[in-house]
Amino acid sequence: MISVDKLTKEFTLHILDGKRIDACREISFEVPAGGFLGLSGPSGAGKSTVLKCIYRTYLPSSGAIRYDSAQLGRVDLATLSDREVLDIRNKEMGYVSQFLKVIPRVSALDVVMEPILTRNGTTRAAARDRAAHLLERLRIPSRLFDAYPATFSGGEQQRINIARAVSWRPRLLLLDEPTASLDKGSVQVVLDILQELRQEGTTMIGIFHDTELMESVADQVFRVS
Amino acid sequence: MQPVIKVRGLAKRFGAGCDRCASSTGPEAETNQCPHCGAVLACNDVSFDLFPNEALGIVGESGSGKSTLVRLLHFEWDACAGTVELARTPQLAHLPEFFTEGEAYSRNLLGLSQFQKRQVRNALMGIVYQNPYLGLRMQVSAGGNVAERLLGAGWRNIAAIRSRAAELLARTEIPVARMDEPPRNFSGGMQQRVQIAKALSNKPLILFLDEVTTGLDLSVQARVLDLIRSLREEFQLSLLVVSHDLGVINLLCHRTMVMKYGRVVEAGLTDQILQDPQHRYTQLLVASQL
Repeated sequence: MISVDKLTKEFTLHILDGKRIDACREISFEVPAGGFLGLSGPSGAGKSTVLKCIYRTYLPSSGAIRYDSAQLGRVDLATLSDREVLDIRNKEMGYVSQFLKVIPRVSALDVVMEPILTRNGTTRAAARDRAAHLLERLRIPSRLFDAYPATFSGGEQQRINIARAVSWRPRLLLLDEPTASLDKGSVQVVLDILQELRQEGTTMIGIFHDTELMESVADQVFRVS
Repeated sequence: MQPVIKVRGLAKRFGAGCDRCASSTGPEAETNQCPHCGAVLACNDVSFDLFPNEALGIVGESGSGKSTLVRLLHFEWDACAGTVELARTPQLAHLPEFFTEGEAYSRNLLGLSQFQKRQVRNALMGIVYQNPYLGLRMQVSAGGNVAERLLGAGWRNIAAIRSRAAELLARTEIPVARMDEPPRNFSGGMQQRVQIAKALSNKPLILFLDEVTTGLDLSVQARVLDLIRSLREEFQLSLLVVSHDLGVINLLCHRTMVMKYGRVVEAGLTDQILQDPQHRYTQLLVASQL
Protein backbone atom coordinates (compact mmCIF):
# COMPACT_ATOMS: atom_id res chain seq x y z
CA MET A 1 0.00 0.00 0.00
CA ILE A 2 2.76 2.43 0.90
CA SER A 3 6.49 2.09 0.54
CA VAL A 4 8.96 4.69 1.77
CA ASP A 5 12.31 4.52 0.01
CA LYS A 6 15.41 6.32 1.30
CA LEU A 7 13.37 9.27 2.53
CA THR A 8 15.59 12.16 3.60
CA LYS A 9 14.49 15.53 4.92
CA GLU A 10 16.78 18.39 5.73
CA PHE A 11 15.84 21.95 6.47
CA THR A 12 17.83 24.86 5.09
CA LEU A 13 17.34 27.86 7.34
CA HIS A 14 18.05 30.94 5.26
CA ILE A 15 17.50 33.28 8.18
CA LEU A 16 20.37 31.51 9.98
CA ASP A 17 22.75 31.98 7.04
CA GLY A 18 21.72 28.79 5.29
CA LYS A 19 22.23 26.51 8.29
CA ARG A 20 21.20 22.93 7.50
CA ILE A 21 19.34 20.67 9.90
CA ASP A 22 18.98 16.95 9.28
CA ALA A 23 15.50 15.83 10.30
CA CYS A 24 15.61 12.27 8.99
CA ARG A 25 17.99 10.39 6.72
CA GLU A 26 17.49 7.46 4.32
CA ILE A 27 14.38 6.04 5.95
CA SER A 28 12.96 2.97 4.16
CA PHE A 29 9.97 0.82 5.13
CA GLU A 30 6.90 -0.75 3.63
CA VAL A 31 3.35 -1.14 4.94
CA PRO A 32 0.98 -3.65 3.32
CA ALA A 33 -2.70 -2.80 2.81
CA GLY A 34 -4.51 -3.08 6.14
CA GLY A 35 -1.24 -3.12 8.09
CA PHE A 36 -0.33 -1.02 11.13
CA LEU A 37 3.26 0.19 11.33
CA GLY A 38 4.50 1.77 14.53
CA LEU A 39 7.38 4.28 14.42
CA SER A 40 9.62 4.22 17.48
CA GLY A 41 12.78 6.05 18.44
CA PRO A 42 13.97 8.76 20.81
CA SER A 43 12.50 12.23 20.80
CA GLY A 44 14.02 14.26 17.95
CA ALA A 45 14.82 11.17 15.86
CA GLY A 46 12.50 12.33 13.09
CA LYS A 47 9.37 10.22 13.61
CA SER A 48 6.96 13.13 13.13
CA THR A 49 9.06 14.34 10.19
CA VAL A 50 8.41 11.03 8.41
CA LEU A 51 4.64 11.37 8.93
CA LYS A 52 4.66 15.01 7.82
CA CYS A 53 6.59 14.09 4.67
CA ILE A 54 4.00 11.42 3.84
CA TYR A 55 1.19 13.97 4.37
CA ARG A 56 3.30 16.52 2.42
CA THR A 57 3.20 19.14 5.13
CA TYR A 58 6.96 18.82 4.68
CA LEU A 59 8.53 18.63 1.24
CA PRO A 60 10.90 15.63 1.21
CA SER A 61 14.49 16.55 0.23
CA SER A 62 15.13 13.21 -1.49
CA GLY A 63 13.80 9.68 -1.67
CA ALA A 64 10.39 8.38 -2.70
CA ILE A 65 7.05 7.72 -0.98
CA ARG A 66 5.18 5.30 -3.24
CA TYR A 67 1.50 5.01 -2.46
CA ASP A 68 -1.19 2.94 -4.17
CA SER A 69 -3.95 5.52 -4.50
CA ALA A 70 -7.53 4.41 -5.05
CA GLN A 71 -8.11 7.31 -7.48
CA LEU A 72 -4.72 7.82 -9.11
CA GLY A 73 -3.00 4.42 -9.01
CA ARG A 74 0.62 4.22 -7.86
CA VAL A 75 2.00 7.71 -7.12
CA ASP A 76 5.06 9.19 -5.46
CA LEU A 77 3.82 11.48 -2.69
CA ALA A 78 7.24 13.15 -2.56
CA THR A 79 6.83 14.66 -6.03
CA LEU A 80 3.08 14.52 -6.76
CA SER A 81 1.46 17.84 -7.75
CA ASP A 82 -0.11 19.89 -4.96
CA ARG A 83 -3.52 19.49 -6.50
CA GLU A 84 -3.27 15.68 -6.57
CA VAL A 85 -2.00 15.60 -2.99
CA LEU A 86 -5.13 17.58 -2.05
CA ASP A 87 -7.30 15.03 -3.86
CA ILE A 88 -5.65 12.21 -1.90
CA ARG A 89 -6.00 14.12 1.38
CA ASN A 90 -9.66 14.77 0.65
CA LYS A 91 -10.59 11.25 -0.29
CA GLU A 92 -8.06 8.83 1.18
CA MET A 93 -5.52 10.07 3.70
CA GLY A 94 -6.13 11.31 7.24
CA TYR A 95 -3.71 12.77 9.76
CA VAL A 96 -4.08 13.13 13.53
CA SER A 97 -1.58 15.35 15.28
CA GLN A 98 -0.98 15.83 18.95
CA PHE A 99 -2.71 19.15 18.80
CA LEU A 100 -6.15 20.13 17.60
CA LYS A 101 -5.95 22.50 14.69
CA VAL A 102 -9.46 23.45 13.73
CA ILE A 103 -11.18 26.39 12.25
CA PRO A 104 -12.17 28.81 14.99
CA ARG A 105 -15.84 29.38 15.81
CA VAL A 106 -17.02 25.99 14.60
CA SER A 107 -18.84 23.78 17.12
CA ALA A 108 -17.44 20.41 18.27
CA LEU A 109 -20.20 18.50 16.48
CA ASP A 110 -19.65 20.44 13.24
CA VAL A 111 -15.90 19.83 13.42
CA VAL A 112 -16.53 16.08 13.41
CA MET A 113 -19.45 16.20 10.95
CA GLU A 114 -17.68 18.29 8.34
CA PRO A 115 -15.39 15.58 6.88
CA ILE A 116 -18.24 13.05 6.85
CA LEU A 117 -20.41 15.45 4.87
CA THR A 118 -17.77 16.56 2.39
CA ARG A 119 -15.91 13.27 1.99
CA ASN A 120 -18.51 10.53 2.37
CA GLY A 121 -21.36 12.50 0.77
CA THR A 122 -23.92 11.35 3.35
CA THR A 123 -27.03 13.25 4.38
CA ARG A 124 -26.76 15.82 7.14
CA ALA A 125 -28.80 13.66 9.49
CA ALA A 126 -26.62 10.60 8.93
CA ALA A 127 -23.43 12.64 9.40
CA ARG A 128 -24.83 14.13 12.55
CA ASP A 129 -25.71 10.69 13.94
CA ARG A 130 -22.30 9.24 13.21
CA ALA A 131 -20.49 12.26 14.66
CA ALA A 132 -22.62 12.32 17.83
CA HIS A 133 -22.13 8.59 18.30
CA LEU A 134 -18.35 8.92 17.99
CA LEU A 135 -18.22 11.85 20.41
CA GLU A 136 -20.30 9.95 22.96
CA ARG A 137 -18.02 6.95 22.69
CA LEU A 138 -15.06 9.24 23.25
CA ARG A 139 -16.80 10.56 26.39
CA ILE A 140 -17.46 14.09 25.19
CA PRO A 141 -20.62 15.12 27.08
CA SER A 142 -23.45 16.11 24.75
CA ARG A 143 -23.77 19.51 26.43
CA LEU A 144 -20.41 20.36 24.81
CA PHE A 145 -21.50 19.46 21.27
CA ASP A 146 -22.48 23.05 20.46
CA ALA A 147 -19.45 24.62 22.15
CA TYR A 148 -16.23 25.66 20.41
CA PRO A 149 -13.36 23.17 20.95
CA ALA A 150 -10.87 26.02 21.37
CA THR A 151 -12.22 26.39 24.93
CA PHE A 152 -11.95 22.66 25.77
CA SER A 153 -9.35 20.93 27.97
CA GLY A 154 -6.30 19.35 26.33
CA GLY A 155 -7.68 15.82 26.62
CA GLU A 156 -11.08 16.81 25.24
CA GLN A 157 -9.46 18.60 22.31
CA GLN A 158 -7.42 15.53 21.52
CA ARG A 159 -10.51 13.33 21.53
CA ILE A 160 -12.30 15.77 19.17
CA ASN A 161 -9.23 15.59 16.99
CA ILE A 162 -9.36 11.80 16.85
CA ALA A 163 -13.11 11.80 16.23
CA ARG A 164 -12.63 14.16 13.28
CA ALA A 165 -9.82 12.06 11.79
CA VAL A 166 -11.58 8.69 12.01
CA SER A 167 -15.15 9.88 11.35
CA TRP A 168 -14.85 9.68 7.55
CA ARG A 169 -13.01 6.33 7.54
CA PRO A 170 -9.89 7.24 5.59
CA ARG A 171 -8.01 4.58 3.65
CA LEU A 172 -4.65 5.57 5.12
CA LEU A 173 -4.40 7.11 8.57
CA LEU A 174 -1.30 8.80 10.00
CA LEU A 175 -1.27 9.07 13.80
CA ASP A 176 1.18 11.33 15.64
CA GLU A 177 0.87 10.54 19.36
CA PRO A 178 -2.94 10.44 19.31
CA THR A 179 -3.15 9.26 22.93
CA ALA A 180 -0.46 11.51 24.46
CA SER A 181 -2.67 13.40 26.90
CA LEU A 182 -5.50 10.93 27.49
CA ASP A 183 -6.39 9.00 30.64
CA LYS A 184 -6.33 5.20 30.62
CA GLY A 185 -10.04 4.74 29.98
CA SER A 186 -10.01 7.09 26.97
CA VAL A 187 -6.89 5.44 25.58
CA GLN A 188 -8.72 2.11 25.53
CA VAL A 189 -11.68 3.66 23.68
CA VAL A 190 -9.31 5.13 21.08
CA LEU A 191 -7.58 1.77 20.62
CA ASP A 192 -10.96 0.07 20.16
CA ILE A 193 -11.97 2.61 17.52
CA LEU A 194 -8.64 2.19 15.68
CA GLN A 195 -9.07 -1.58 15.82
CA GLU A 196 -12.54 -1.32 14.24
CA LEU A 197 -11.20 0.97 11.54
CA ARG A 198 -8.49 -1.55 10.71
CA GLN A 199 -11.07 -4.28 10.39
CA GLU A 200 -12.77 -2.10 7.80
CA GLY A 201 -9.46 -2.00 5.90
CA THR A 202 -7.73 1.25 6.94
CA THR A 203 -3.91 1.12 6.76
CA MET A 204 -2.15 2.98 9.59
CA ILE A 205 1.22 4.43 10.48
CA GLY A 206 1.48 5.65 14.05
CA ILE A 207 3.74 7.15 16.69
CA PHE A 208 2.95 6.37 20.34
CA HIS A 209 5.17 7.50 23.19
CA ASP A 210 4.13 4.42 25.18
CA THR A 211 6.13 1.49 23.69
CA GLU A 212 4.00 -1.15 25.36
CA LEU A 213 0.89 0.40 23.88
CA MET A 214 2.50 0.62 20.46
CA GLU A 215 3.46 -3.04 20.51
CA SER A 216 -0.11 -3.96 21.39
CA VAL A 217 -1.63 -2.13 18.38
CA ALA A 218 1.02 -2.26 15.66
CA ASP A 219 1.86 -5.41 13.73
CA GLN A 220 5.34 -4.19 12.91
CA VAL A 221 7.58 -1.54 14.47
CA PHE A 222 10.18 0.51 12.61
CA ARG A 223 12.89 2.19 14.63
CA VAL A 224 13.80 5.68 13.44
CA SER A 225 17.28 6.76 14.46
CA MET B 1 -10.67 17.88 -12.32
CA GLN B 2 -9.98 20.68 -14.82
CA PRO B 3 -8.99 24.22 -13.79
CA VAL B 4 -11.63 26.96 -14.09
CA ILE B 5 -8.99 29.39 -15.22
CA LYS B 6 -5.46 28.92 -16.55
CA VAL B 7 -2.98 31.79 -16.27
CA ARG B 8 0.42 31.67 -17.96
CA GLY B 9 3.29 34.13 -18.04
CA LEU B 10 1.27 37.13 -16.92
CA ALA B 11 3.21 40.40 -16.78
CA LYS B 12 2.58 44.10 -16.15
CA ARG B 13 5.20 46.75 -16.82
CA PHE B 14 4.92 50.45 -16.10
CA GLY B 15 7.24 52.35 -18.43
CA ALA B 16 8.68 51.73 -21.87
CA GLY B 17 10.94 48.87 -20.83
CA CYS B 18 14.14 47.48 -22.33
CA ASP B 19 15.74 44.10 -23.10
CA ARG B 20 17.26 43.83 -19.65
CA CYS B 21 14.12 44.56 -17.55
CA ALA B 22 13.26 40.92 -16.81
CA SER B 23 16.80 39.84 -15.97
CA SER B 24 17.60 42.87 -13.78
CA THR B 25 14.51 42.73 -11.57
CA GLY B 26 12.93 40.21 -9.18
CA PRO B 27 13.80 38.70 -5.81
CA GLU B 28 17.50 38.12 -6.59
CA ALA B 29 17.95 41.69 -7.78
CA GLU B 30 15.85 42.84 -4.80
CA THR B 31 13.93 45.36 -6.84
CA ASN B 32 11.05 45.50 -9.27
CA GLN B 33 12.46 48.58 -11.02
CA CYS B 34 14.81 48.09 -13.95
CA PRO B 35 18.10 49.89 -13.15
CA HIS B 36 18.77 50.38 -16.90
CA CYS B 37 15.57 52.02 -18.12
CA GLY B 38 13.64 52.79 -14.94
CA ALA B 39 10.55 50.78 -15.90
CA VAL B 40 8.72 48.98 -13.07
CA LEU B 41 7.80 45.31 -13.48
CA ALA B 42 4.86 45.16 -11.07
CA CYS B 43 4.23 41.57 -12.00
CA ASN B 44 6.24 39.22 -14.23
CA ASP B 45 5.93 35.64 -15.47
CA VAL B 46 3.08 34.68 -13.13
CA SER B 47 1.51 31.29 -13.95
CA PHE B 48 -1.08 29.25 -12.06
CA ASP B 49 -4.28 27.23 -12.34
CA LEU B 50 -7.38 27.86 -10.25
CA PHE B 51 -9.66 24.85 -9.72
CA PRO B 52 -13.42 24.68 -9.04
CA ASN B 53 -14.38 25.42 -5.43
CA GLU B 54 -10.76 25.99 -4.50
CA ALA B 55 -9.29 28.88 -2.54
CA LEU B 56 -5.85 29.96 -3.74
CA GLY B 57 -3.96 32.38 -1.52
CA ILE B 58 -1.49 35.02 -2.65
CA VAL B 59 0.77 36.41 0.07
CA GLY B 60 3.49 38.99 -0.09
CA GLU B 61 4.37 42.39 1.31
CA SER B 62 3.01 45.59 -0.17
CA GLY B 63 4.56 46.21 -3.57
CA SER B 64 5.04 42.51 -4.27
CA GLY B 65 2.55 42.62 -7.14
CA LYS B 66 -0.33 40.69 -5.61
CA SER B 67 -2.97 43.39 -6.10
CA THR B 68 -1.61 44.08 -9.60
CA LEU B 69 -2.25 40.44 -10.41
CA VAL B 70 -5.90 40.76 -9.34
CA ARG B 71 -6.35 43.97 -11.37
CA LEU B 72 -4.99 42.21 -14.47
CA LEU B 73 -7.27 39.21 -14.04
CA HIS B 74 -10.27 41.44 -13.35
CA PHE B 75 -9.40 43.39 -16.56
CA GLU B 76 -8.99 46.70 -14.74
CA TRP B 77 -5.48 47.02 -16.09
CA ASP B 78 -4.11 45.70 -19.37
CA ALA B 79 -1.41 43.07 -19.07
CA CYS B 80 1.63 43.44 -21.32
CA ALA B 81 2.23 39.71 -21.73
CA GLY B 82 0.68 36.38 -20.89
CA THR B 83 -2.44 34.33 -21.44
CA VAL B 84 -5.63 33.87 -19.45
CA GLU B 85 -7.94 31.05 -20.53
CA LEU B 86 -11.31 30.08 -19.08
CA ALA B 87 -12.83 26.62 -19.05
CA ARG B 88 -15.92 26.20 -21.22
CA THR B 89 -18.75 26.74 -18.72
CA PRO B 90 -22.54 27.00 -19.04
CA GLN B 91 -22.34 30.66 -17.94
CA LEU B 92 -20.40 31.49 -21.10
CA ALA B 93 -22.64 29.44 -23.42
CA HIS B 94 -24.26 32.65 -24.72
CA LEU B 95 -20.86 34.01 -25.74
CA PRO B 96 -19.71 31.36 -28.24
CA GLU B 97 -17.26 33.74 -29.94
CA PHE B 98 -14.81 33.26 -27.04
CA PHE B 99 -14.32 29.61 -27.88
CA THR B 100 -12.86 27.82 -30.84
CA GLU B 101 -15.01 24.89 -31.94
CA GLY B 102 -14.09 21.75 -30.00
CA GLU B 103 -11.68 23.43 -27.57
CA ALA B 104 -12.17 22.98 -23.81
CA TYR B 105 -10.64 26.39 -23.03
CA SER B 106 -11.38 29.87 -24.35
CA ARG B 107 -8.95 31.82 -26.46
CA ASN B 108 -6.66 34.24 -24.66
CA LEU B 109 -8.99 36.63 -22.82
CA LEU B 110 -6.31 39.31 -22.73
CA GLY B 111 -6.84 39.78 -26.46
CA LEU B 112 -10.57 40.58 -26.16
CA SER B 113 -12.08 44.03 -26.69
CA GLN B 114 -13.01 46.11 -23.64
CA PHE B 115 -16.67 45.34 -24.29
CA GLN B 116 -16.03 41.58 -24.37
CA LYS B 117 -13.91 41.73 -21.22
CA ARG B 118 -16.83 43.42 -19.49
CA GLN B 119 -19.11 40.62 -20.66
CA VAL B 120 -16.79 37.98 -19.17
CA ARG B 121 -16.49 39.95 -15.93
CA ASN B 122 -20.25 40.35 -15.59
CA ALA B 123 -20.87 36.70 -16.33
CA LEU B 124 -18.17 35.07 -14.21
CA MET B 125 -16.32 37.34 -11.83
CA GLY B 126 -16.84 39.14 -8.56
CA ILE B 127 -14.42 41.28 -6.56
CA VAL B 128 -14.19 42.62 -3.03
CA TYR B 129 -11.64 45.37 -2.40
CA GLN B 130 -9.85 46.32 0.79
CA ASN B 131 -11.19 49.83 0.35
CA PRO B 132 -15.01 49.76 0.11
CA TYR B 133 -14.90 53.12 -1.71
CA LEU B 134 -13.49 51.25 -4.72
CA GLY B 135 -16.22 48.63 -4.77
CA LEU B 136 -19.30 50.63 -3.78
CA ARG B 137 -21.04 53.85 -4.69
CA MET B 138 -21.26 55.40 -1.27
CA GLN B 139 -24.14 57.81 -2.10
CA VAL B 140 -26.34 55.13 -3.66
CA SER B 141 -28.40 52.83 -1.41
CA ALA B 142 -27.00 49.40 -0.47
CA GLY B 143 -29.79 47.78 -2.46
CA GLY B 144 -29.03 50.09 -5.39
CA ASN B 145 -25.40 48.98 -5.36
CA VAL B 146 -26.43 45.35 -5.74
CA ALA B 147 -29.10 46.28 -8.32
CA GLU B 148 -26.52 48.06 -10.46
CA ARG B 149 -24.53 44.86 -10.72
CA LEU B 150 -27.64 42.84 -11.58
CA LEU B 151 -28.54 45.34 -14.34
CA GLY B 152 -25.03 44.89 -15.72
CA ALA B 153 -25.60 41.14 -15.78
CA GLY B 154 -28.78 41.59 -17.84
CA TRP B 155 -31.54 41.65 -15.23
CA ARG B 156 -34.46 43.92 -16.22
CA ASN B 157 -37.42 43.19 -13.91
CA ILE B 158 -37.39 45.75 -11.08
CA ALA B 159 -39.34 43.62 -8.59
CA ALA B 160 -37.07 40.62 -9.21
CA ILE B 161 -33.96 42.81 -8.83
CA ARG B 162 -35.21 44.23 -5.56
CA SER B 163 -36.04 40.85 -4.09
CA ARG B 164 -32.71 39.36 -5.19
CA ALA B 165 -30.87 42.34 -3.63
CA ALA B 166 -32.78 41.90 -0.38
CA GLU B 167 -31.99 38.19 -0.36
CA LEU B 168 -28.25 38.78 -0.90
CA LEU B 169 -28.05 41.52 1.72
CA ALA B 170 -29.85 39.29 4.22
CA ARG B 171 -27.41 36.49 3.41
CA THR B 172 -24.49 38.81 4.15
CA GLU B 173 -26.11 39.89 7.41
CA ILE B 174 -27.17 43.40 6.39
CA PRO B 175 -30.59 44.16 7.96
CA VAL B 176 -33.06 44.37 5.08
CA ALA B 177 -34.64 47.38 6.80
CA ARG B 178 -31.45 49.30 5.98
CA MET B 179 -31.15 48.32 2.32
CA ASP B 180 -32.35 51.75 1.20
CA GLU B 181 -29.63 53.52 3.16
CA PRO B 182 -26.35 54.44 1.43
CA PRO B 183 -23.27 52.47 2.56
CA ARG B 184 -21.54 55.66 3.75
CA ASN B 185 -23.83 55.38 6.84
CA PHE B 186 -22.51 51.87 7.55
CA SER B 187 -19.60 50.60 9.65
CA GLY B 188 -16.46 49.21 7.95
CA GLY B 189 -17.52 45.60 8.48
CA MET B 190 -20.99 46.27 7.07
CA GLN B 191 -19.53 48.01 4.03
CA GLN B 192 -17.39 44.92 3.37
CA ARG B 193 -20.49 42.75 3.61
CA VAL B 194 -22.38 44.98 1.13
CA GLN B 195 -19.40 44.58 -1.21
CA ILE B 196 -19.62 40.81 -0.80
CA ALA B 197 -23.38 40.87 -1.55
CA LYS B 198 -22.71 42.94 -4.65
CA ALA B 199 -19.87 40.67 -5.78
CA LEU B 200 -22.04 37.58 -5.43
CA SER B 201 -25.10 38.99 -7.18
CA ASN B 202 -24.21 37.64 -10.64
CA LYS B 203 -23.44 34.17 -9.19
CA PRO B 204 -19.76 34.39 -10.14
CA LEU B 205 -17.51 31.39 -10.67
CA ILE B 206 -14.46 33.30 -9.49
CA LEU B 207 -14.35 35.70 -6.57
CA PHE B 208 -11.32 37.95 -6.05
CA LEU B 209 -10.73 39.02 -2.45
CA ASP B 210 -8.15 41.80 -2.15
CA GLU B 211 -7.14 42.27 1.51
CA VAL B 212 -10.81 42.17 2.53
CA THR B 213 -10.25 42.06 6.27
CA THR B 214 -7.30 44.45 6.52
CA GLY B 215 -8.15 47.35 8.78
CA LEU B 216 -11.19 45.75 10.42
CA ASP B 217 -11.50 45.00 14.15
CA LEU B 218 -10.63 41.43 15.09
CA SER B 219 -14.20 40.43 15.92
CA VAL B 220 -15.51 42.02 12.71
CA GLN B 221 -12.72 40.34 10.76
CA ALA B 222 -13.81 36.98 12.16
CA ARG B 223 -17.41 37.50 11.04
CA VAL B 224 -16.39 38.49 7.53
CA LEU B 225 -14.10 35.45 7.25
CA ASP B 226 -16.80 33.10 8.57
CA LEU B 227 -19.21 34.54 6.02
CA ILE B 228 -16.73 34.01 3.17
CA ARG B 229 -16.10 30.43 4.25
CA SER B 230 -19.78 29.52 4.29
CA LEU B 231 -20.46 31.33 0.99
CA ARG B 232 -17.63 29.46 -0.71
CA GLU B 233 -19.37 26.16 0.01
CA GLU B 234 -22.85 27.44 -0.74
CA PHE B 235 -22.00 29.11 -4.08
CA GLN B 236 -19.21 26.64 -5.01
CA LEU B 237 -16.89 29.59 -5.58
CA SER B 238 -13.28 29.57 -6.65
CA LEU B 239 -11.49 32.19 -4.57
CA LEU B 240 -8.32 34.11 -5.25
CA VAL B 241 -7.43 35.48 -1.82
CA VAL B 242 -4.85 38.26 -1.67
CA SER B 243 -3.57 38.99 1.82
CA HIS B 244 -0.46 39.85 3.74
CA ASP B 245 -2.01 38.12 6.78
CA LEU B 246 -0.90 34.48 7.05
CA GLY B 247 -3.75 33.79 9.50
CA VAL B 248 -6.34 34.72 6.86
CA ILE B 249 -4.56 32.59 4.26
CA ASN B 250 -4.32 29.65 6.67
CA LEU B 251 -8.02 29.84 7.43
CA LEU B 252 -9.31 30.19 3.87
CA CYS B 253 -6.85 28.72 1.39
CA HIS B 254 -5.95 25.21 0.24
CA ARG B 255 -2.94 26.31 -1.80
CA THR B 256 -0.79 29.42 -1.56
CA MET B 257 1.58 31.39 -3.79
CA VAL B 258 4.18 33.70 -2.29
CA MET B 259 5.11 36.84 -4.25
CA LYS B 260 8.10 39.12 -3.95
CA TYR B 261 9.21 41.94 -6.29
CA GLY B 262 6.59 40.98 -8.84
CA ARG B 263 7.47 37.27 -9.08
CA VAL B 264 6.08 34.10 -7.57
CA VAL B 265 8.94 32.84 -5.39
CA GLU B 266 7.18 29.80 -4.00
CA ALA B 267 3.89 27.90 -4.36
CA GLY B 268 2.57 24.93 -2.43
CA LEU B 269 -0.03 23.49 -0.09
CA THR B 270 -0.86 26.12 2.54
CA ASP B 271 0.25 23.96 5.49
CA GLN B 272 3.51 23.20 3.69
CA ILE B 273 4.17 26.88 2.97
CA LEU B 274 3.58 27.69 6.66
CA GLN B 275 5.46 24.75 8.22
CA ASP B 276 8.19 24.06 5.68
CA PRO B 277 8.76 27.28 3.74
CA GLN B 278 11.50 26.89 1.14
CA HIS B 279 12.34 30.39 -0.03
CA ARG B 280 14.36 32.81 2.05
CA TYR B 281 11.60 35.40 1.93
CA THR B 282 8.83 32.95 2.94
CA GLN B 283 10.91 31.79 5.90
CA LEU B 284 11.30 35.38 7.01
CA LEU B 285 7.55 35.99 6.55
CA VAL B 286 6.59 32.91 8.61
CA ALA B 287 9.16 33.72 11.29
CA SER B 288 7.78 37.27 11.54
CA GLN B 289 4.29 36.08 12.42
CA LEU B 290 3.02 37.29 15.77
